[in-house]
Amino acid sequence: MSTRPRDNLLPRRWPAAAVGLAWISPWVVGFAAFTLLPVAVSGYLSFCQFDGLRPPLFTGLDNLRTLAADPLFWKVLATTSVYAAIALPLGTLVALALAVLLNTSVPGRTVWRAIIFVPTLVPLVATAMIWLWMFNGQYGVLNVVLRRIGIEGPNWLTDPHWTMPSMVLLSVWSVGNAVVVYLAGLQDVPRSLYEAAHVDGASPWQRLRHVTLPMISPSIFFNVVIGIIFVWQVFAVPQIMIPGGGPERSAYFYTMYLYDTAFRSLRFGYACTLSWVQLLIIVALTALAFRLSRRLVHYRGVGG
Amino acid sequence: MKESPLMRVAALLILAAVGTMFVMPLVWMVATSLKPQEEISTTKLTLLPQDPASAPRYAYENYYAGRGRFVDEKGVERLGYRGVLTSDNVHFVLYLRNTLVVALLSVMGMVLASAICAYGFSKVDWRGRGVVFAIMLATMMIPFPAVMIPTYFIFKYLGWIGTLRPLWVPACFGGAFNIFLLRQFFMQIPQDLSEAARLDGLGHWGIFWRIIVPLSRPALAVVALFHAMYVWNDYIGPLIYLNHQDLFTLALGLQFYQAQHGGTPWNLLMSACTLVTAPLLILFLMTQRTFIEGIATTGMKG
Repeated sequence: MSTRPRDNLLPRRWPAAAVGLAWISPWVVGFAAFTLLPVAVSGYLSFCQFDGLRPPLFTGLDNLRTLAADPLFWKVLATTSVYAAIALPLGTLVALALAVLLNTSVPGRTVWRAIIFVPTLVPLVATAMIWLWMFNGQYGVLNVVLRRIGIEGPNWLTDPHWTMPSMVLLSVWSVGNAVVVYLAGLQDVPRSLYEAAHVDGASPWQRLRHVTLPMISPSIFFNVVIGIIFVWQVFAVPQIMIPGGGPERSAYFYTMYLYDTAFRSLRFGYACTLSWVQLLIIVALTALAFRLSRRLVHYRGVGG
Repeated sequence: MKESPLMRVAALLILAAVGTMFVMPLVWMVATSLKPQEEISTTKLTLLPQDPASAPRYAYENYYAGRGRFVDEKGVERLGYRGVLTSDNVHFVLYLRNTLVVALLSVMGMVLASAICAYGFSKVDWRGRGVVFAIMLATMMIPFPAVMIPTYFIFKYLGWIGTLRPLWVPACFGGAFNIFLLRQFFMQIPQDLSEAARLDGLGHWGIFWRIIVPLSRPALAVVALFHAMYVWNDYIGPLIYLNHQDLFTLALGLQFYQAQHGGTPWNLLMSACTLVTAPLLILFLMTQRTFIEGIATTGMKG
């Protein structure tokens, strides 16, 4: 039998790498145009003074000096770190707890799962407006209910001590995505492991601690990394609910400051400096998470 | 292994409590949207208006009333349009049209481009594939704010500010996360199928369209669904790129409506929120399985 006549008939064979690159070319072009180029331009602009009208003026390290002496920069950095440090672990705990509950033989689990998931579908702008109404000091449902049981609720969004707790509370409302991911992880844990643990006389808590958690640690890790990346980009909800960060800028988050610096104050150069600092923070935290994961995350077999 | 009855009851109670808290804001949104202005500022916790029989009339007034006399938020009777959909200066029907245009173009571009790239990362063997794929995954870390300002000026240079183009053209180059999802799916399609097709004389393009695409419909649907949600939800993109309200999307229009009306007419604001949220909830109820499974798979592979 003559072998592969078609190949011989072809005028020329493309090298495999050229074929591969051709297939992924949409992403390569898009990445170059909408990520690589902007990041590079942003890198240059971060050393410039630029109001968007006149050409950028190179000012060397001026923006970095401004940054170091900018009290608002340090404030938003602290505010966002505090928010991340509370909202991320809290969200993870709540999501894990709900997933564990949903993984039992509780009646109506698909209904509960849907109810917990639905808030993540609500558009951010609507979420902001719904919670503005919920948190309303006088007629908001939260305070009306609290008043019924004899507690005078705070002015959630106008009292500087309560804006941050309000934002954290609100973040818990959208843990549904994480719950679904964890639940899928839980359902993949082999029954035999639990049975073995049961035979060994492990208590429910020990089973959770020594079987469940290690087995779903890849899912937890995935969600934590996503969480780190997104928590630094929190923007739409607080921007609509408490523009400028509310009273005393008590919940003024990093991306809000970045947006205001660029598109309200028209200090595009300085805003680029801020965006580069944000990028470096995210890269550093993600790298840290990956480093820690080597000790804490348990991958089954090769390639997870 | 079964839980004890006591544990099941405890689980049920906790889930019921949490479920109530999760669903309450949405229930309250709809309830508020069906009440007249004078019943908003009360401390009564009723779901229906005091006069339940007139609920349909209030709903009509809040959502769709035409020009007429009504009592505005300051308690003054005045002449004008009252309903959210018939508002004088906020045109939700137009915003819906804009959102659908962006969603349609953007979803088509995103699905096609991501599938093509995913094919290149899974079904074509080439040296350096793993490295480029790893680089692509790493780029998912880059947050939008990092590219927001230069991207704005690129679009300004192209004359695209004040058009819908910045909202859908970038999607036509695929998205790293969607490429990742589809690649995971394509990897599970047996290589034998491609080989058999190759022996039958199909090239890569033919294999992609006749073998891979038909077999991957569920995964493509997930990508389309998630991206449509993203478009519907996106706030910062339209906020930066659109400068005329004739082009606003629903998310931006909703915020614009709130800015126009201030804080008090909660019944109208909640009607607007209900209008923007309801399509997503309906979409979810219709495609619940696809949704849940799609999200579950995103978290599976570390």
